Amino acid sequence: MEVAAAKLIGAGLAAIALAGAGVGIGTIFGNYLSAAIRNPSAAQKQFPNLLLGFALAEATGLFGLVVALIILFAF
Amino acid sequence: MANPMQQFEVKTIGPKIEIGNFDVSFTNASLFMVITVAFISIFFVLATQKKSLVPSRLQLLSEMAYEFVAKMISETAGSKARPYFPFILTLFLFVLFCNMIGMIPYSFTVTSHIIVTFALAIFIFIGVTIIGFVKHGFGYLKLFVPSGVPVVLMPIIVIIEVISYLSRPVSLSVRLFANMMAGHTMLKVFGGFVISLGIVGGWLPLGFSVALTGLEILVAFLQAYVFAILTCIYLNDALNLHH
Repeated sequence: MEVAAAKLIGAGLAAIALAGAGVGIGTIFGNYLSAAIRNPSAAQKQFPNLLLGFALAEATGLFGLVVALIILFAF
Repeated sequence: MANPMQQFEVKTIGPKIEIGNFDVSFTNASLFMVITVAFISIFFVLATQKKSLVPSRLQLLSEMAYEFVAKMISETAGSKARPYFPFILTLFLFVLFCNMIGMIPYSFTVTSHIIVTFALAIFIFIGVTIIGFVKHGFGYLKLFVPSGVPVVLMPIIVIIEVISYLSRPVSLSVRLFANMMAGHTMLKVFGGFVISLGIVGGWLPLGFSVALTGLEILVAFLQAYVFAILTCIYLNDALNLHH
């Protein structure tokens, strides 16, 4: 196979990692929402943790995107 | 469409200076770092010039920044982390303003370069490790041995703990860099869609661009917050060893 084609396929495969980030962010916000509806008085206190979890989950997916970009532009 | 990675290009401003084999010329990245630091300094000097009991708007902003970081440190790392407050505040403001100034069109995002974020992260990592060893001596190595683990599992757990400790600077720096670079690339790609679809179909990606800009401003703040709070968590590990 040509190297250029393999590079594009590899970059596309690496970007699949973002699916995991989508699942993670959905889980975090979904669980926060269901917990906040059950106990609204405790919701405000956990808001920083929600943002922290969101950022951490998003970042793990972006690692995959970095791999894709490295394949495309650095090799 | 122009290459979406073009915006991250580092260009030399002024004469090319070399010391030994290193190129130390003044670039657009250094220019924007200088702008960021100057902006923060001028803002705080102006805001705290006229101190009054009923604060002006500027003074209120600076007090909000101070209280935000002070609360973050006391909640995550406890009272022992109090001496490190100036460092965390500086770190948070530097990352925040680098991200925010990067959101201005045609400006340059300093934090979208891995070397900048990695330099910040490796200094935090080395500093925290030194603080840990100074405070606890070799007892700091207990960090790698969690209590209540069966003896059989111990070698594996210790290896995993050591690896996860050593990968801290990498994950800390790559998180910030990847978020910034991915966000700006995405904005550029959607901007390219607006141009290529023209006046007929360009309105949809234009709307997306506006929404994404809002998201990116949120991410710019969040990543600065996460960078600072993770530094606090690492400091907490070094200051209050509880394993």
